[in-house]
Amino acid sequence: MKTFNVEILANEAVAENIFRLTVDAPELAAQAKAGQFVHVKISDEFTLRRPFGVASTAGGKVKIFYRLVGRGTEFLSRRKAGERLNILGALGNGYTPREGKILLVGGGMGLAPLLCAAEQFSSDVLMGGRNAGEVDFWQAEFNPCAEEIFLTTDDGSVGKYGFVTDALPDVLAKKNYAAVLTCGPEIMMRGVAKLAAEKNIPCEVSFEKRMACGLGACLSCSIDTVNGRRKVCKDGPIFDAKEVF
Amino acid sequence: MSELLQTELCGIKLNTPIFAASGTFGFGEEFENFVDLKRLGGVMVKCITLKPRRGNDGIRITETPSGMLNAIGLENPGVETFLTKILPRIKDKMNVVVNVSGSSVEDYGELARMLDVDGVAAIELNISCPNVKDGGIIFGTDARQAAKVTAAAKKATKKPVIVKLSPNVTDITTIARACEAAGADCLSLINTLMGMEINVQTWRTTLGNLTGGLSGGAIKPVAVRMVWQTAQAVNIPIIGMGGIRSAEDAAEFFLAGAAAVAVGTANFAEPSVTMKIADDLETYLRGFGLKNIRELVGRLKT
Repeated sequence: MKTFNVEILANEAVAENIFRLTVDAPELAAQAKAGQFVHVKISDEFTLRRPFGVASTAGGKVKIFYRLVGRGTEFLSRRKAGERLNILGALGNGYTPREGKILLVGGGMGLAPLLCAAEQFSSDVLMGGRNAGEVDFWQAEFNPCAEEIFLTTDDGSVGKYGFVTDALPDVLAKKNYAAVLTCGPEIMMRGVAKLAAEKNIPCEVSFEKRMACGLGACLSCSIDTVNGRRKVCKDGPIFDAKEVF
Repeated sequence: MSELLQTELCGIKLNTPIFAASGTFGFGEEFENFVDLKRLGGVMVKCITLKPRRGNDGIRITETPSGMLNAIGLENPGVETFLTKILPRIKDKMNVVVNVSGSSVEDYGELARMLDVDGVAAIELNISCPNVKDGGIIFGTDARQAAKVTAAAKKATKKPVIVKLSPNVTDITTIARACEAAGADCLSLINTLMGMEINVQTWRTTLGNLTGGLSGGAIKPVAVRMVWQTAQAVNIPIIGMGGIRSAEDAAEFFLAGAAAVAVGTANFAEPSVTMKIADDLETYLRGFGLKNIRELVGRLKT
């Protein structure tokens, strides 16, 4: 864990308001585990860094995805290839490495850290989005590394109509998965965790909270767990579903 | 380590007059990978209360122009866990200044008594947290209450007692004088300025606690002014803080009369910033032909 001053290789829109940032960071890529995150200094004008899940570490490059939600991501989207970017990482615990096939279940930007899991583990992915436009590019990203891809959309424009939780029982019935890893809206993760628990499959969930330090010092990201207060940045962002739901 | 920055405060030897401010630096160990903790004057650890506190619900931080609002709400494991689990782990790694907050005058006395142990360099009384209803700030905005809390802590411990003052007052020098008269060994200022942000789409406040404490670069001019005013009013040393991000920022506080400084919010953007400030402060002193940081303290020309 340290700060890296890395070169931006690409920073481009991949869907409406969604960007993919790729940096040249061999040392960071070598140490980053799926489920960990990086804390990005947007520029010296900002008081706080912004945390993003590591989406890929392939080829010595670190990739992240972000949605434009405020001033920070707006400024980040204007950073250009060739510029340097200060990145603190890799932070947090990461997913537990396991033997056997893993099922990744994600929605929206929650798919970003799962992409890194698809790279590092033998896995299938069940992904959900509002419409075809939102899942198309994710499908393209997961194609090279996930073994099988299951799709749902809220409007039924592609894949199965409905939410990932509607499709999950069928997917779980088809194969024996060693674990389910999920990331996305909390309500989705709760539903996924419940279905996994019913089948006695270990389930890990990924939490997102506002963070200042990213090092476990400021307590901006504390959550309640069955083991008391935990920090998403340091004790997480990956938690055993039984610990948090 | 250069002698340029070596100094002393309340009998504590400091390798540099640069502290890490409470609430921004955990218990110091979180920053071990980035900072030589022995090179800091000390670490003001996360505020400790008699009983554990879970802190505030909802969103706890938000970035604001040149700063941030926080409303953590004094989340901490309580003094007993601090003494048995945390202090033994950190006491040989740094000068530990324990920041404490209570709901009554007696709480402060009890905390000071319990912390009068080996491994604690000094006690910092937090009478200025704007984010909890039952702690701190009610004592920091009333000179008589501030004096009572100071006296209670002084009576209970042989450790140096630092009183951390709130900027959310009409005249900070009144509070400062009252603390000095009650026996405070040192003053630290400023804590955060109470602020608020409203989301105009949802018509709700950003922070779960509604209001929060403003920190970061935005508050530096307020902090420098208050340190300067307070330095005129008291004879005890001052640890100046509020928006320090560079050696130049720190130099302003020394010129205004601070004997030492603390860095807070800037640790978030750059976890090693205190080391850079120390390096650059040495260069700054050499540039003016000064032999020690003490030669800069209170040298403002008016």
